[in-house]
Amino acid sequence: MNEKGQTPRETGQLNIDTNQTEKAENLLTHGFRDIKDLKTKGKKAGLHDLPVKIEVKDLDFYYGNFKALHSITMNIPEKHVTAMIGPSGCGKSTLIRCFNRIYELYPGQRADGEIGLDGRNILSSNEDLNLLRSQVGMVFQKPTPFAMSVYDNIAFGVRLYENLSRGEMDERVEWALRKAALFDEVKDKLRQTGTALSGGQQQRLCIARAIAVKPEVVLLDEPCSALDPRSTAKVEDLINELVADYTIVIVTHNMQQAARVSDFTAFMYLGKLIEFDSTDRMFTNPREKDTEDYITGRFG
Amino acid sequence: MKNSRNSINRIRSNINMNLYRRRRLANLVILAGSMLTTIFGLFWLCWLLITLFGHGFQHLALSVFTQPTPPPGESGGLANAIVGSILITGAGIAVGAPVGVLAGTFLSEFAMDSPVATSVRFINDVLLSAPSIILGVFIYSVVVVPMGHFSGWAGALALALIALPIIVRTTEDMLKLVPNTMREAACALGAPRWKVTVAIVYRAARSGILTGILLAIARITGETAPLLFTALNNQFWSRGLNEPVANLPVVIFQFAMSPYEDWQNLAWAGALLITVSVLVLNILVRTLLRGGARG
Amino acid sequence: MDTAASSNPKDQSRPAAAKGRGQILDALLSGLSRLCALAVLFIIAAILISLFMGAWPAFKKFGPAFLVSAEWNPVTEEFGALVSIYGTLVTTLIAMITGVPVSFGIAIFITELCPLWLKRPVGTAIELLAAIPSIIYGMWGLFVFAPFFADHMEPWIADNLGRLPGMGFLFDGPPLGIGVLTAGIILGIMVIPFMAAVFRDLFEVVPPVLKESAYGIGATTWEVLKKIVLPYTKAGVVGGIMLGMGRALGETMAVTFVIGNADRLEFSLLMPGNTISSSLANQFTEAVGEMYTSSLIALGLILFVITFLVLSAAKFLLIRLTAMEGSRT
Repeated sequence: MNEKGQTPRETGQLNIDTNQTEKAENLLTHGFRDIKDLKTKGKKAGLHDLPVKIEVKDLDFYYGNFKALHSITMNIPEKHVTAMIGPSGCGKSTLIRCFNRIYELYPGQRADGEIGLDGRNILSSNEDLNLLRSQVGMVFQKPTPFAMSVYDNIAFGVRLYENLSRGEMDERVEWALRKAALFDEVKDKLRQTGTALSGGQQQRLCIARAIAVKPEVVLLDEPCSALDPRSTAKVEDLINELVADYTIVIVTHNMQQAARVSDFTAFMYLGKLIEFDSTDRMFTNPREKDTEDYITGRFG
Repeated sequence: MKNSRNSINRIRSNINMNLYRRRRLANLVILAGSMLTTIFGLFWLCWLLITLFGHGFQHLALSVFTQPTPPPGESGGLANAIVGSILITGAGIAVGAPVGVLAGTFLSEFAMDSPVATSVRFINDVLLSAPSIILGVFIYSVVVVPMGHFSGWAGALALALIALPIIVRTTEDMLKLVPNTMREAACALGAPRWKVTVAIVYRAARSGILTGILLAIARITGETAPLLFTALNNQFWSRGLNEPVANLPVVIFQFAMSPYEDWQNLAWAGALLITVSVLVLNILVRTLLRGGARG
Repeated sequence: MDTAASSNPKDQSRPAAAKGRGQILDALLSGLSRLCALAVLFIIAAILISLFMGAWPAFKKFGPAFLVSAEWNPVTEEFGALVSIYGTLVTTLIAMITGVPVSFGIAIFITELCPLWLKRPVGTAIELLAAIPSIIYGMWGLFVFAPFFADHMEPWIADNLGRLPGMGFLFDGPPLGIGVLTAGIILGIMVIPFMAAVFRDLFEVVPPVLKESAYGIGATTWEVLKKIVLPYTKAGVVGGIMLGMGRALGETMAVTFVIGNADRLEFSLLMPGNTISSSLANQFTEAVGEMYTSSLIALGLILFVITFLVLSAAKFLLIRLTAMEGSRT
């Protein structure tokens, strides 16, 4: 299919647009107090004290002959939001695509190393990919409503693994839509096709579809990059809600967003994990020079 | 116009008006030529359509649909040929469409750029451009000769061979239009591959796949050559596809080449029927595609 | 597999059958679709083998001379392919000579000259005409074009072109209306809509910026076509011509009606002749005797090889031209 779609990511070039640089500068000068205020949950615990959900060990990743990830090792804590930041092509999307092995759809892409999920290595060849993916949900950059009704979009994933009665299914659909803060907007349109919703609604529909399966981990691959600011705000609120029940990993280009929604942040550069620490610390007092340069927009 | 050109000439002495005039003349000649060839080309095609519709409607009586093909010199209709054509085309599509859709699915969903897929694509193009009469000869050798007689089934198989590459091509193209993110999204929910293909990809591409099948029907509706030595013809009603079956294209061929005026008139009526159904199918395809693009 | 999955407590709530069934259906779909794709390869192989086996008696008896012998005599069972090959090539050549310039002109007209409101109707009409079955063209050729041609064009052709030194023999003969020239022209008319639609699609993919920048320095429409549009699309144009040629080579019905089914080698274009496909259409069901049938199948094999070569050449050219395109930039 479209393996070439990956190539811009592989080039490893830095294209940070000026807009983002400005944002970062704003953030540096005014932003940090707001961030601390936003952290309502007030998690003070350090990264190493928390139970680990995903344990990445010496992970390498290849697109054919191109090595996109270089021995990544990190522990992603359970029921927290972990953000991945870094310039385009740094491998952050590639990394989270390993967590549900969605890369397996394309011949020529492969991962070496270990990814532990609840202690079992999901990269092992006898891992059942379908079960894995029902356990690790994913939401993509662009909304991907299926060509079916809103209701069926959500029921599709549920029906794969559960035999629910009609009433139970109705309940589950409503539950997922409420979780995604979409129910009130679409409750009269459940039988309409999902593609008829607005962009922001479509993306929340995709989130609802992902959580309806009741996964344990939700991967968000730049979920807001195609959305307007209001829809973005709604999705971010949603992430803050969901973290009570799910382990969330979010890839984002927008550092303010990382600061707003995440508990922990990983900075990646050229396929390597440069630094991984609590979000507060990353944005106020990064250890690495590269991290600081990127966050302050002095990169490249 | 002339004034302004002179003024340019005055201001910019480096412009060679002769050269410019020559270029303009060349342009004019070519464009006039293109206009003339267009008129020339459309003239023949319009003439063809006018004769077809003129003669066709003139001889399109109700009896065409109710009576079977007549013996020489008598009047009759095309009813058995119409039914036979529908049966043979339907059987051909019933064989060709599932195989074609599945082969297209293999190319788009499973094989992608593997060497197998590349060779299947190339061979499919070969089959697509193979002269249809060759396919008739082939089916004659492998079906008609072993069975010992001409039959509707043989005709249907020959038509299936023509429909197959069209359906493979369009199915693959249409499935490739479904964005990869859609497949990823379905996979990410834990859906197995077959479910992703059947419930998500097919559904998203259904109007496209249908388009391919309709195009194939339109193509085989008028195909004559492969039926000449497979389905042959039958002056009477057939009891099934296991014997020679009357069909519009072959009836048109035989009647048009005959010296009897009644037969020739029926051939015109049949030609009109075929053309109209092909055009209707093509227009249907267009509306389908336009609707699909909007959704 | 189960050990890995069962460490997840939630899996117990899920029907285990779904998993096994999923795997079976996965294998079923990918296996079945692979089988169908391979069927395409198998069909071509079967066609080649069956044609070759059918043609073998004729090849064995006549040898390579089959290709160059102009003899076609069912009574003495002496057969050669020259008449049909000659007819096929000549009708295709005539079709290309009439069809290519006209389709080119139509494509230029639609993309560059046509007023906007007319663009869609003309474009749609061309595409619909391309879908009309070839038997209709043949029938029209027989009933309308051939008589017209015999009455109004052929006498003039015989009187004028027939007297030309060196090529007069091509236009010699009675104005029958039926013959190689008529068949070629009908073929040409038939491929016009097809090639015009291909050319138009090609011309329309030229990026407007390219054309605009040429117009911007004062180029005329023709210059933009010659220097911008044609170089940009040449690979496709060649491919389109080849595809049209493939159609003309293998076409049966548009030719069979008007070519006259004559098995004597005549160089005059006004005389009846035969192409490979029209020989097959006219004689295959009536052929008695193994050698007759075998010779006809041998003709079919030759036609198949010719169209295959044309298609391969088109593909090869396309690949080479696009590769050159890439290396130049």
